[in-house]
Amino acid sequence: MKLLEYQAKEVLASLGIAIPPGKVARTPDEAAAACAELGPVAVKAQVPVGGRGKAGGIKLAKTPEEARAAAAQIIGMDIKGFKVPLVYCEAALEIEREIYLGFTVDRDARANILMLSAKGGMEIEQVAEESPESIARLYPNPWRGPLDFELNRLVFEAGLGELARPLTSLIKKLYRAIPELDAVTAEINPLVVTKSGEVIAGDAKLEVDENAAWRHKDLEQRYGGVLEGDPYEVEAKKRGLTYVSLDGEIGIIGNGAGLCMSTLDLVQRAGGRAANFCDIGGGAKAEVVQNALAVILMNPRVKGVLMNVFGGITRGDEVAKGLVTARDNLKMQLPLVVRLSGTRADEGRKILKENGIEPGASAWEAAQKIVELTQVTSPLAGEVPRSGGGGR
Amino acid sequence: MSILLDSSSKVIVQGITGREGTFHAEQMLAMGTRVVGGTSPGKGGTTHLGVPVFNTVADAVKATGANASGIFVPPPFAADAIMEAAASGITLIVCITEGIAIQDMIKVKDFLRGYPAARLIGANCPGLITPGVAKIGIIPQNITSSGPVGLVSRSGTLTYEVASALTAAGMGQSTIVGIGGDPVLGLTFRDVIELFEKDPATTHLVVIGEIGGSDEEHAADLLARGSRLKTVAFISGRTAPEGKRMGHAGAIISGNRGTAKSKEEAFRKAGVAVAETTDDIVGLLK
Repeated sequence: MKLLEYQAKEVLASLGIAIPPGKVARTPDEAAAACAELGPVAVKAQVPVGGRGKAGGIKLAKTPEEARAAAAQIIGMDIKGFKVPLVYCEAALEIEREIYLGFTVDRDARANILMLSAKGGMEIEQVAEESPESIARLYPNPWRGPLDFELNRLVFEAGLGELARPLTSLIKKLYRAIPELDAVTAEINPLVVTKSGEVIAGDAKLEVDENAAWRHKDLEQRYGGVLEGDPYEVEAKKRGLTYVSLDGEIGIIGNGAGLCMSTLDLVQRAGGRAANFCDIGGGAKAEVVQNALAVILMNPRVKGVLMNVFGGITRGDEVAKGLVTARDNLKMQLPLVVRLSGTRADEGRKILKENGIEPGASAWEAAQKIVELTQVTSPLAGEVPRSGGGGR
Repeated sequence: MSILLDSSSKVIVQGITGREGTFHAEQMLAMGTRVVGGTSPGKGGTTHLGVPVFNTVADAVKATGANASGIFVPPPFAADAIMEAAASGITLIVCITEGIAIQDMIKVKDFLRGYPAARLIGANCPGLITPGVAKIGIIPQNITSSGPVGLVSRSGTLTYEVASALTAAGMGQSTIVGIGGDPVLGLTFRDVIELFEKDPATTHLVVIGEIGGSDEEHAADLLARGSRLKTVAFISGRTAPEGKRMGHAGAIISGNRGTAKSKEEAFRKAGVAVAETTDDIVGLLK
């Protein structure tokens, strides 16, 4: 789960890291009130993606009227597919210098990596590419965390020795997000040194591991659900599905991320466009299949559904039963092509056939079939075919 | 011949009395795998599926001489189960469990440094199978057949798809290894390919990768240095939109490395044929 900036800052503050005074505003009036209280503010769109500044999602406001106008512009705007639900009005800082501090999971090293650079503020990825040596790195032991001397070395390596005391203390606080919150990425960029010498988080990014949600039920309760994301993704999440909305018209259900992704690839190759990615995962039961189909059919753009299941841990008979029940319960009339094989696939195919659903022979054939059924518009009435491939 | 798993492997199943553990232990036994026991804390001393159940892996190893383990326990307990297996002397640890916290796996990786003989496959993987001989995990045996093709994959179900196509084309497999899709996992493509290189029974190799991370690029670097295996690579996720998370925590695009394009180019540069679809793999391998 990616936290919004104001949420991430709340977390940083709870870890003892200084943040600028700020207020969340859901309406232009609230933004005006925040500015009246805080003085000149930056009005910042709250979305879980980078590049919001370039997209016009950050505006400076010196007066409440300016803050009101800025908030009116920003709230509800679309930034990379996210509708801005609210803004964060934050007191402007007197910046002396900007530092980069962050940690993430280094997949190659299979470890957490702490990174510190004196060249904060600008595009850190560009710094990483052009002068990688200006980013100091540390792989802390995951059982005991970073030791004082290791942090000291990191700070001096980054050329920030004069700030050794405040920085080592701050990095220790930030690191607590790993053992205490299962954070997988945290970034303070810029970490601002103010003209009065205070070290304070100018921006904050924080992502916590959804696989560890069982350890942190409070986090989801507190921070989940603020975003008005894609309605199908929201519904899918409620139903516990791994679902990503795409912009085509063919609904996709697959089991396993790799198979599901390759099904998208096949549909595109066959000339169609997928409406979604929906991985029903290993061990998928009848109920899960029905949930997946229900979410996909909510989308009026969907003209047909392709289901590609190769059973390992997912048993074919269970998948087939779920599919038949779901189709009946949902009174589905759109074309449905099913490709089913693997563990108990014969039983599954038998169930499908008994219920009027013809299983596709291979994934590629199934992809071609669904594209044909959803794209061939009748020369007579432009009607969407309502049968074939399994529809009743 | 095969890699990692053969008829001499003595296997236990951690979590053998659970629903998934039971179902798949049965399947493993049905194909002739030497499943010598299982663990389920509190159920030690009982028998399940005709094999003894132990409270701890240490007990199981002592009583049966087990050297391999398949783990089917829920995510909150799986990391500990891996470490228990390593600390008890198991040298092939296969963790099927999906959804283990990344920080738990980072600790596991650090812990395993103390047990250099222990090899971990997964987590979040389908396991491995040496067709006609033995399997640990959930790969359906009916879609495999014995032969000279080594198959290593990050995906679960896509592995079955390809194994099934190879079998239908009369191209049997030496060993099929699903390394798993998590960002922090055990054996990498590189590790498994090195084992296939040393296995005289393996003459062909299929590598099935996906977007995210740079393990495929590292594998291509290894193959570029010279390989005796005729190799075909396939990468899924060409059409996945950037930055969208696709279920596997690993399938997150990061930097230049990690895209389908970068991976395919790395393999082509290494002289490896790259399949456009899984259906093309068989033809390119012949």
